[in-house]
Amino acid sequence: MNWITNYVRPRINSIFSRREMPENLWTKCDECGTMLFHRELAENLNVCGNCDHHMGITPRRRFEALFDGGIFAEVPVPMPIADPLQFRDQKRYPDRLRAAQKATAEPEAMLVAEGEVGRTPIIAAAQDFSFMGGSMGMYVGNAIVAAATRAVERRRPLVLFSAAGGARMQEGILSLMQMPRTTVAVEMVREAGLPYIVVLTHPTTGGVTASYAMLGDIQIAEPGALICFAGPRVIEQTIREKLPEGFQRAEYLLDHGMLDRVTHRKKLREELISVIRMLTHQPPPVMGDLPAPGTPEETAAPTSAPAQESAEK
Amino acid sequence: MNYLDFEKPLAEIEGKAEELRAMARGNAEMNVEDEARALDRKAQDMLRDLYKNLSPWRKCQVARHPDRPHCRDYIEALFTEFTPLAGDRNFADDQAVMGGLARLEDKPVVVIGHEKGHDTKTRIERNFGMARPEGYRKAVRLMDLADRFRLPVVTLVDTPGAYPGKGAEERGQSEAIARSTEKCLQIGVPLVSVIIGEGGSGGAVAFATADRLAMLEHSIYSVISPEGCASILWKDAEKMREAAEALRLTAQDLYKLGVADHIVKEPLGGAQRDAAGTIKAVGAAIVSLLKELEGKSPAELVAGRRKKFLDMGARGLAA
Ligand SMILES: [Zn+2]
Repeated sequence: MNWITNYVRPRINSIFSRREMPENLWTKCDECGTMLFHRELAENLNVCGNCDHHMGITPRRRFEALFDGGIFAEVPVPMPIADPLQFRDQKRYPDRLRAAQKATAEPEAMLVAEGEVGRTPIIAAAQDFSFMGGSMGMYVGNAIVAAATRAVERRRPLVLFSAAGGARMQEGILSLMQMPRTTVAVEMVREAGLPYIVVLTHPTTGGVTASYAMLGDIQIAEPGALICFAGPRVIEQTIREKLPEGFQRAEYLLDHGMLDRVTHRKKLREELISVIRMLTHQPPPVMGDLPAPGTPEETAAPTSAPAQESAEK
Repeated sequence: MNYLDFEKPLAEIEGKAEELRAMARGNAEMNVEDEARALDRKAQDMLRDLYKNLSPWRKCQVARHPDRPHCRDYIEALFTEFTPLAGDRNFADDQAVMGGLARLEDKPVVVIGHEKGHDTKTRIERNFGMARPEGYRKAVRLMDLADRFRLPVVTLVDTPGAYPGKGAEERGQSEAIARSTEKCLQIGVPLVSVIIGEGGSGGAVAFATADRLAMLEHSIYSVISPEGCASILWKDAEKMREAAEALRLTAQDLYKLGVADHIVKEPLGGAQRDAAGTIKAVGAAIVSLLKELEGKSPAELVAGRRKKFLDMGARGLAA
């Protein structure tokens, strides 16, 4: 049997499996330098087995590990008008976009999906740092509005994984306007009485932290994630002093009262299930690696009966 | 008078006229008025030419001109019974943000704005108009007050951006900005905002998420400073002219993009040449924009504001 079918659990689409065929079998941990075998690393959700450093993970990979049986349906995100400012620096913006699309095989910097985690229906949105630094432009704004709208329509909690260097400069003021725009989206979810949970991942900086990424009912961060408005280099230049060890890292923010929790990526799924089910008055979760919803074993097992919210499907 | 680099030729002519008149004051025999007047006319023409088509970078310079009227000047001239209200009830009172109760044409309002200061001492006190978390939290508190007592809110935006400092980050700068923007979207009273100089990124959004946004003719509003953008995208901070051009940060472009709702004309040569005239024009704009919102219910205001921001960006510059 081909090893790849073994480890790529769900087969959402074949393009994905093809693309995931690794070119390099070994990845060097950028924290401790240990060489990590790709298969082991993937199994470990891109967390270094030696030093626990949390490396970047694409939204698709994250969702595969998050949703029951790795099954999720993408929520469509409308494409905004292209290059609204006709922006050009050393390269034309459309060229930069195309290069990012080619490199990631994704249309833009955010993926929105619906599915079940621990038999708990949710909407999830994840920002893709590998796509132009995850930068927040009109597409990311559209994605968050689409996620919020779907959450309200289906009466499902929204879980958002942030990762971004900040706003997309090439969209100028329109990227800045995604701060109020995404805030409206958060308001919609809140007004519907639904939980909005933010998971801040490395790095989440700039305008993203100053809008939707800081407005969660529950704020969780992955260990070691850099979370800030102004970056450490800018601050050092401004105040001309050395910043303390761990400044603006998840643990530092936790100490300063800016987060609810710092949670290891491998424990995140269970924690999200548990928190969401408590906030929405659902019975205790069935933990573990659940198969995709609707499979025969599930229908046979009354203990994993879906909660009322999932009855609509 | 502080001259900007591109105003140097103007400085020479105006200096000459001034010099002639000074000489004549000491000598009754001398008649220089004709010559001085000719120089005045020349200066006037030059000023018109210079300001007719200011490049985006020059607009940034004008927007940051130290002689432009600042928040405090507007509050003193336009409002009566201004009663500053201080503090965030949590940590401190941020001097970069002024705010309080006041009357505009006898009607009570809450006014909030960034104040940059006008000399070395006040600039340092005011932190050059760069708010810390306390500033946004004070604004949130004042907006809540306005909401509770049904008072319209007027914000005057003039900031290079949020303060990149250690304490500001430790005390949750991002969260403070996010909550202020959120509060702008939540209040059930009219919110009119004017960018009177610099609208620097998140620090500006936190106050400018308004029902109506007016911008002074030579003000700017941008996701990042041209210098910052140049150093990231061009890897050279000296490319700020190119960056200013590319960012489309002028009031005129923002009006086309639907971000600004109204442009307030500045006197010839910019607000710094006629503070009183500028303040008067801004006052008239605020009054008329508030009038547009009169009679709307809190629910209508909130829904309208949400729609405004949800729809934003639907058209580009080409439209
Ligand atoms: Zn490691």
